[in-house]
Amino acid sequence: MLDLYSTRFSSRMLLGTAGYASPDMLRQAVEASGAEIVTVSLRRESARVRTGQGFWALIEQLGRRVLPNTADCRTAKEAIATAQMARELFGTNWIKLEVIANDDTLQPELFSLVEAATELCAEGFDVLPYTTEDLSAAERLVSAGCQVLMPWGSPIGSARGLANKSALQTLRAYFPDTPLIIDAGIGVPSHAAEAMEMGYDAVLLNTAVAKAGDPVKMAKGFAKAIQAGRLAYEAGIVEPRDMASPSTPVVGTPFFKIDHA
Amino acid sequence: MQILLNGERFVTEARSLDELCAALGFADAKVATAVNGSFVAAAARGQTQLTEADEVEIVAPRQGG
Repeated sequence: MLDLYSTRFSSRMLLGTAGYASPDMLRQAVEASGAEIVTVSLRRESARVRTGQGFWALIEQLGRRVLPNTADCRTAKEAIATAQMARELFGTNWIKLEVIANDDTLQPELFSLVEAATELCAEGFDVLPYTTEDLSAAERLVSAGCQVLMPWGSPIGSARGLANKSALQTLRAYFPDTPLIIDAGIGVPSHAAEAMEMGYDAVLLNTAVAKAGDPVKMAKGFAKAIQAGRLAYEAGIVEPRDMASPSTPVVGTPFFKIDHA
Repeated sequence: MQILLNGERFVTEARSLDELCAALGFADAKVATAVNGSFVAAAARGQTQLTEADEVEIVAPRQGG
C-alpha cells in the first residue's frame, strides 16, 4: 500500500486531469487507470463563462482524492497564495507545490520551492513538492516538513522518461523511508515501470495519457506497467552481469565428452 | 472605481470584495479570492474593502497536471 501523509492507497498511479479531448474522455481515463488521486489546478474564473463551476461538478462525480497544484507560479509568494486559495477551494491540506524557473524547461525553482514549502508546512499544509533529483534541495524540503518528494523524470510534457537515472537511484537510496513519486516527463508505460523497478513509490503523469490516441487504453497500459514494476521491485531484481550465464543446468548435457586428447 | 480584476481593468461600484463577488454572480459559486497578491478567505471578503487600483483575483477549479 502507498502511504502518503498517513493516507493509504492501493493504486500507485496519480493522474492529471488536463488536456483530454472531452470531460467524458477524462472520466473514462481516470476510471480505466484505477488512480485514486487526481491532480487539479485553479485558474481565473470568468463571470460570463463560469468554466470552473462545471469542472468542479465533474471532479465531484469522479469521487477521487484531489491534489491541487500551484502550476506556473514563479515566486514563493505566488505559490503560497495559490496554495491558500486551493486549500479553501478544494477543502484539502494537500498541495502539489510547483514553483517554475523558466518557460523552456519548466524546471523547479529550487530556492523559492524550499521557501514556499517551509511556509506552507508551518501553516499545516501537506506539501508534495515538485522538485528535481537534487539531493541538497531534497534534504532542505524534508527538513522543512515535506513527507513526500516528487522529483521530475524529465521536463513536463516532454515524454522523455527518466533523464537522470543514476541521480534518481541515489535519491531513492538516500531517502529510503520518504515516499518518492516520479512527477513529469513520463511518455510510455515502460518509463513508469522503470521508475517503479527502481523502488519509486508511485508515478504521477498526465500528458502521456491525455494526448494518447486512445487515452483509455493508455491509462490501462500505465496501470499495468506500474503494477508490474512494483511487483518486480518487491520480488527482488537480479543483478545485471557482463558475461552470459547458462540458465539450463550444464550437468548431464547429452553428447557431452571430456576431451582427453 | 477602477480595479484590476483577473488581470483586466474593471469598473465597479462594489465597496467590498464580498459585494464584488455578488455583483459578478459568484455569491454561491465555487471560487477563491486574493487581493493584491494575498489570499482572502471567503469569511473575510465582507471586511475586505476595495480601493482604487486594487488587484483582485477570483479563481475556480480547473484541469491540472
